Amino acid sequence: MKIINFFKSFLLLDFLKAFYLAQKYFFRKKATINYPFEKGKLSPRFRGEHALRRYPSGEERCIGCKLCEAVCPAQAITIETQPRDDGTRRTLRYDIDMVKCIYCGLCEESCPVDAIVQGPNFEFTTETRKELYYTKEKLLENGDRWETVIAENLEADAKYR
Amino acid sequence: MINLAQTYFIEVMTIILYCLLIFVPLLLGVVMALYADRKIWAAVQKRRGPNVVGPYGLFQVPADGLKFIFKEIILPDGSDKTVFLIAPIITLALSIAAWAVVPVQAGVVLANINVGILYIFAISSLGVYGILMAGWSSNSKYPFFGALRSAAQMVSYEVSIGFVIITVLLCVGSLNLTEIVMAQKTMWFFIPLFPMFIVFFISALAETNRPPFDLPEAESELVAGYQTEYSGMPFVLFMFGEYINILLMCAMTTILFLGGWLPPIDIYPLNAVPGFVWFLLKVTFVFYLFAMVKAFVPRYRYDQLMRLGWKVFLPLSLFAVVATSSILFFFNLAPGM
Repeated sequence: MKIINFFKSFLLLDFLKAFYLAQKYFFRKKATINYPFEKGKLSPRFRGEHALRRYPSGEERCIGCKLCEAVCPAQAITIETQPRDDGTRRTLRYDIDMVKCIYCGLCEESCPVDAIVQGPNFEFTTETRKELYYTKEKLLENGDRWETVIAENLEADAKYR
Repeated sequence: MINLAQTYFIEVMTIILYCLLIFVPLLLGVVMALYADRKIWAAVQKRRGPNVVGPYGLFQVPADGLKFIFKEIILPDGSDKTVFLIAPIITLALSIAAWAVVPVQAGVVLANINVGILYIFAISSLGVYGILMAGWSSNSKYPFFGALRSAAQMVSYEVSIGFVIITVLLCVGSLNLTEIVMAQKTMWFFIPLFPMFIVFFISALAETNRPPFDLPEAESELVAGYQTEYSGMPFVLFMFGEYINILLMCAMTTILFLGGWLPPIDIYPLNAVPGFVWFLLKVTFVFYLFAMVKAFVPRYRYDQLMRLGWKVFLPLSLFAVVATSSILFFFNLAPGM
């Protein structure tokens, strides 16, 4: 046995085998994707950047129930509400501290009117921390920008809820 | 008087031109080697490697170089500043100096000296000084360990490289690199001296601190070895020196064992190709092997490295020297006898 091992190591058999294997992998299909130019597929349930949605009429969905604020484990959400002139309750402020947020998706789950959702966008890096303190305006703007995708995703996932 | 000055001037200018003719392709070669190294390593691991900067990522290395040039050169507080800055210069200068005697084609060599191989051997031995100076002058523990390891490793493997070179020299009968290549006209030396070819290749890996023998800069233990405290331009000098050394070792393997600029078979379409193309192709092939080894062999432990150097390669190459010379002597094959 010792002699066999001696010849094995002396003839560099292991290294030849490894070389063959490495050479085989050399021509294999790449496992990585060409990220900034090509992106991986995202599940409809992907929990990315937050967005506040509107009804098709343009009316904002959020009714200021504060369920998301209550459920948020990181306490990243701050809401202030006030009745509007037409008697409905609306939010004055709806702030999410994206630095605190842990992207657990509980706010989305707790929302009775599907107002706060987490969209498919995960590329929202900023140069300053300040830009990550999202306000109501920013969230509504997100909602307007991603509405089509978000609606599709919600529909695709609806039957599993 | 004027005539003398004129000839002197022309002479100096020609030498400078020749130096540039070596230096510029060498730098280009280093850039390509760095790029190829990363690409091959990536391909084996099913990654893409650099592919964003320039076509196929070809400008990644120049871009990195630019980045380093614009970075601050940090001089550690406790360091010996003079030695600290001289060390990378020495490393680079020595690695380039060795190229002066490397023939890339019949007659195309800066200095066709009779002791070419000894010169290269001497210069590459001096390379240890740059590393030792870097390690010592940094005045920090990791660079120091890295430098000690590197010195021990390079000295150990130089011994077996020396014996391997002696076996080749026995078959040639000359220390001139051009003559070493010409002696391989009938048969490249890697066929009769195959074991020595392997020993030389592996020792070259150790000599240039390449994986799997990159203990001097083992990042899991020593951060970056003797380069730890370096940044900016001095770091680039080290990097370039290291890669020029690697290319030199590839060129040495080519000249000693793979027939230098000679075509594989001496028939028409092959020997019409200019010699330096063959030389380049062979160096590329050896570098490819270097890069592949980096991709699939894990790093050796320090005692394993020393065991391999002193207990395996040294006796093996010593035995080969004795065996080769005996065979050459008894069959009256030795050249110049």
